[in-house]
Amino acid sequence: MSQKTLIVEDLNVEFAGQSVVRHLSFTLEPGKTLALVGESGSGKSVTARSLIGLAGEGAVVRARRLSYGGVDLLGLSERQWRRLRGKDIGFVLQDALVSLDPLRPVGKEILEVLETHHWGDRPSRAARVLELLERVGVPEPALRARQRPGELSGGLRQRALIASALALNPGLVIADEPTTALDATVQAQILSVLQGIKAEGSALLIISHDLAVVAQLADEVLVLRHGEVVEQGPMQQVLTAPRHAYTRSLLAAVPAEHARGTRLSADRNQIIAPVARHIDQPVVLQGHGLGKRYVGPDQQVRQVVQGVSFALRAGHTLGIVGESGSGKTTVARMALALLDADDGQVRFLDQPWNGSAPARVVEQQRRPRRRDISVIYQDPLSSFDPRWTVSQILADALDVADTPVAEQPARIRQLLQHVRLPAELGTRRPLQLSGGQRQRVAIARAIASNPKVIVCDEPVSALDVSVQAQVLDLLADLQAELGLAYLFISHDLGVIRHVSDEVLVMRYGQVVEHAPVDQLFEAPQHPYTQRLLGAVPRLPGAGVALKVPPVEPENAVLLFDESRLWKIAI
Amino acid sequence: MSDLIFESPAVPLSTQRRPYLLPVGASLAIGFLLLVIVAAIAPQLFAHSDPLAIVPREAFHPPGWQHWFGTDQSGRDIYSRVIHGARLSLFVGLAATALGMGIAVVLGLLGGLGGARTDRSVGWVLEILFAFPSLILALLFVAIFGSGVGPLIVATGLGAAPGYARMVRGQVLAVRNAGYIEAARALGHSTGRIISRQLLPNAMRPLIVTLTMGVGQAIVWASALSFLGLGARPPAPEWGTMLSMGRDFIANAWWLTFFPGLFIVLTTLSTTVAGRYLQQRLEGRLP
Amino acid sequence: MTTTPLSIASHGAPRQRLARLGQRAALRLGGGLLVLWAVATLTFFALRLMPGDPVLAILGGPSGNPTPETIAEVTREYGLDKPLVVQYGLYLARLVQGDLGVSYSQHMPVTRVLAEQAGATLELTLSSLVLAWLLVLALTVFTAGRRGWVGRLASLAETLCAALPHFWLGIVLLAVFAFGLRLFPPAGSDGWATLVLPSIALAVPLAGFIGQVTRESLELTLDQPFILTARTRGLSDSAVRFRHALRHAVLPGISLSGWAIGALISGAVVIEVIFSRKGLGRQLYQAVQAQDLPLTIGISLVVAAGYVVANILVDLMYQWVDPRQQEALA
Repeated sequence: MSQKTLIVEDLNVEFAGQSVVRHLSFTLEPGKTLALVGESGSGKSVTARSLIGLAGEGAVVRARRLSYGGVDLLGLSERQWRRLRGKDIGFVLQDALVSLDPLRPVGKEILEVLETHHWGDRPSRAARVLELLERVGVPEPALRARQRPGELSGGLRQRALIASALALNPGLVIADEPTTALDATVQAQILSVLQGIKAEGSALLIISHDLAVVAQLADEVLVLRHGEVVEQGPMQQVLTAPRHAYTRSLLAAVPAEHARGTRLSADRNQIIAPVARHIDQPVVLQGHGLGKRYVGPDQQVRQVVQGVSFALRAGHTLGIVGESGSGKTTVARMALALLDADDGQVRFLDQPWNGSAPARVVEQQRRPRRRDISVIYQDPLSSFDPRWTVSQILADALDVADTPVAEQPARIRQLLQHVRLPAELGTRRPLQLSGGQRQRVAIARAIASNPKVIVCDEPVSALDVSVQAQVLDLLADLQAELGLAYLFISHDLGVIRHVSDEVLVMRYGQVVEHAPVDQLFEAPQHPYTQRLLGAVPRLPGAGVALKVPPVEPENAVLLFDESRLWKIAI
Repeated sequence: MSDLIFESPAVPLSTQRRPYLLPVGASLAIGFLLLVIVAAIAPQLFAHSDPLAIVPREAFHPPGWQHWFGTDQSGRDIYSRVIHGARLSLFVGLAATALGMGIAVVLGLLGGLGGARTDRSVGWVLEILFAFPSLILALLFVAIFGSGVGPLIVATGLGAAPGYARMVRGQVLAVRNAGYIEAARALGHSTGRIISRQLLPNAMRPLIVTLTMGVGQAIVWASALSFLGLGARPPAPEWGTMLSMGRDFIANAWWLTFFPGLFIVLTTLSTTVAGRYLQQRLEGRLP
Repeated sequence: MTTTPLSIASHGAPRQRLARLGQRAALRLGGGLLVLWAVATLTFFALRLMPGDPVLAILGGPSGNPTPETIAEVTREYGLDKPLVVQYGLYLARLVQGDLGVSYSQHMPVTRVLAEQAGATLELTLSSLVLAWLLVLALTVFTAGRRGWVGRLASLAETLCAALPHFWLGIVLLAVFAFGLRLFPPAGSDGWATLVLPSIALAVPLAGFIGQVTRESLELTLDQPFILTARTRGLSDSAVRFRHALRHAVLPGISLSGWAIGALISGAVVIEVIFSRKGLGRQLYQAVQAQDLPLTIGISLVVAAGYVVANILVDLMYQWVDPRQQEALA
């Protein structure tokens, strides 16, 4: 039980003359939770690291007062800091896969804290490691302690990381985006672990961009923008009755809370005119009984996708949602005919598109039809040739559409305008653009050949909330204007709810539920869907409490990363 | 009101990567290389005496006004020999690297682009070539085919080929699995177009750096072979040969070995520095 | 049919890690033998490409004057009058038995020459490798990732060292330390004193090269999130570097060590000549000069075999440091 309070008054952090954090002040008492909320570049991570003295080389940290438990943190020497770190202040980073040493067993990582601070003796340390793993809910702790992070599932890794931060019962725990990159069900479990820390009396400082996650844990919320606090107050007040326009726009941008057809950004009251969404629109893309097998290095055959069927109508959006390893990315690749189907077939515009033997489709025949279907990826940067400028990327796409070279410059300008990018951006390289701008270029490339269908593979997962809002609005506008059909893949239920007409829920390669969007979200039938929906944190006022699913044996099992599974050969 | 919120690039929490080689170093290196190339093309611009002229009474003169680098055991002017040697050394280095790279590109492309079976076969060939340390391979070659400039080039080139081939193959494989290749396929480009317009240029680009540094390494190997008497025979003004000629006189006439050695070092150093500079510029553009 | 969860978490017990290492070693050894066989075959056919009479080459080169009886004997023994396939078979049979022929320039079986000379070369190669790695660690571990002149100076030193040709360095060391300052003997192969200068000549350029690679790798590693996590636990900077970063950073260097051993053996040829050291390198050089074919081939084959073994060992070491290959799916 700690009685130490963290007091921050007028914190300023500078890097090479540039001010990154300005005039930040707050107080954090034991047993309370404070959340720092903001998008990239807001300074929230720098603040967190400054509190532990690891702001980075070249950082200049100044404050009127910065103290923890009476100890003045401003004047500490490196040696004094080291005594504090791990013992009085614990730190949890995001994504345990890279935040834990990939070459060491997790048990050793936890042990390291105990050794560094000379806690106990050998046998008692070993016992403590097991105790900690149990405390954070890791089943079979003795076995898991010997495994490396790569051998554990995402949820277990994250728990191990938290365990190493809790090893010496620090009075203050700082968690920087602790649930990002985790599946919804796993995220809910980690949140409950953090709530447990709170209950035991530690002070918790959460950094996050996800307002719904923050709503589950925080007592007080600080909203940061470009290094400054724009709003500060009790969680309930900030998230239900915000005073600052920026906070309001952040809340408005959360897709889960806004029905299909409303805008998430800018002019929120304007409804996007929907294309007549009748069920007798022609089916443009459909899959029947799709299956795909993968033979691992140990010669074991795994069924990655099994028995998946879907039908996408013109002008509609079909959402496919699932956690990692559910097979959704593989289904997307098969829909694009970048992967051959082992079972079943895909028909595109009522012609065979992808099929298993004996109905295989030859790529030569398929190639000319590729201009009618496009794809947008989660990471647009890796889908661009590193040598090319934006104009070159678009010109390359126009070549496929047989646009004569003379007409290309005009068409490129048109495309950029369509995705609301200034024409001057044509001469820039993707590396010089922001994440949102890159995705717009990817969208421009996708519509260059006037396709009928666009497959969107997690297109907004890597974007900040406000940028995500703009991109989703753009996609909606384009759909209305050009009559596009979208096959939208995502793990984010909120996004899926906002964009889809119909939803497919996938798990372990199979479709567990298939329903129109409203029906799925209001009255889910399958227990998995119910569990999934219950695990998604909602903002206050949504009236839905967070349900923490139990740690099932399956959750402890290693699910693999689909994106690395297939090599799309040329 | 702009539709766009420009996200400011996140401030790095660690410092930016600091370039280790100041442009000063790179310009010196490139400058020196240019001088060497000029010396190779037109040695008479720098040296006026005949590198092979024997003047017995001026033997073993230390460096001075008349002979900047001194004279060797037969009175030959070392300075002009070094300058004229640039041509031979550079020629051998370039030719050997070209040969090595040529073999490497063929093997590497086969391995990287072909199916699994082709790749395995190529891997096998490489392993066999690799089984010999480069100089041993060169020596074996010389033993079978005799010494001289021709075998020297082939031997050095063969020695370098496996290393380059492995690199080419690695690059081709890496690019082949890159996201933009898949995107190109999704767009509907033909395989031939993807290979020629995107895969090859992207795969080969980083090899420019390797080539630059490789020329320096080839010059060193060729000099080593000449030093052993298996390359250009004395009294050819090749730098390695000059080192071997002066070896017996290290104690008394250090300048016979110092200056050719210095030029070898400076040339290799320059190619390495220039190569690293190129690499940094290249990486600045790649993600 | 129910689908099973798609993979099963592996149990990383040390015993299993050793078993996997053993499997891999066996596989590589088998592959290595295949390579050696291919090398021997290639050498055999390369010999046939040589101009001139193979009998004379075996017997004494251009200077020898063998009697007709000796010629007939050798012809029979080596099966030179028989079809190529039989000759090849005899050649392989002899190799497997360890008979590499007789060196006429040394007037003794090649295997005996090898036995006498191999030790010194092994000594030189190993000490150079160890010295090179010590230099690398000393130079990179503390200077990587630091702002200011320290890092830049160290990197410059590495670039400079990597560019030094080892034979030139050997000559300079010889001139300065052996002839000039008389600190070390200029020739000979007995005792550690004779090992110092040759090892330095070989180790310094190698250290520069491996150092560059290790430095880059170390800097990349130090930027990784898990390093930050280690610091948040209260570890000091040196502890972080040694306990966490080092293991990751040396991986490319270990990969290179296989090639490095080859480079060292190549370098040993010249260095042994310069320092008049006993060893396979100098032997090979003399054999080539004397056109002593059995000895040349014999040394080359043995060196190739040793190199293959060295590469296998390096590969195993890499696996031991980084056992992550099996997690490719995760």
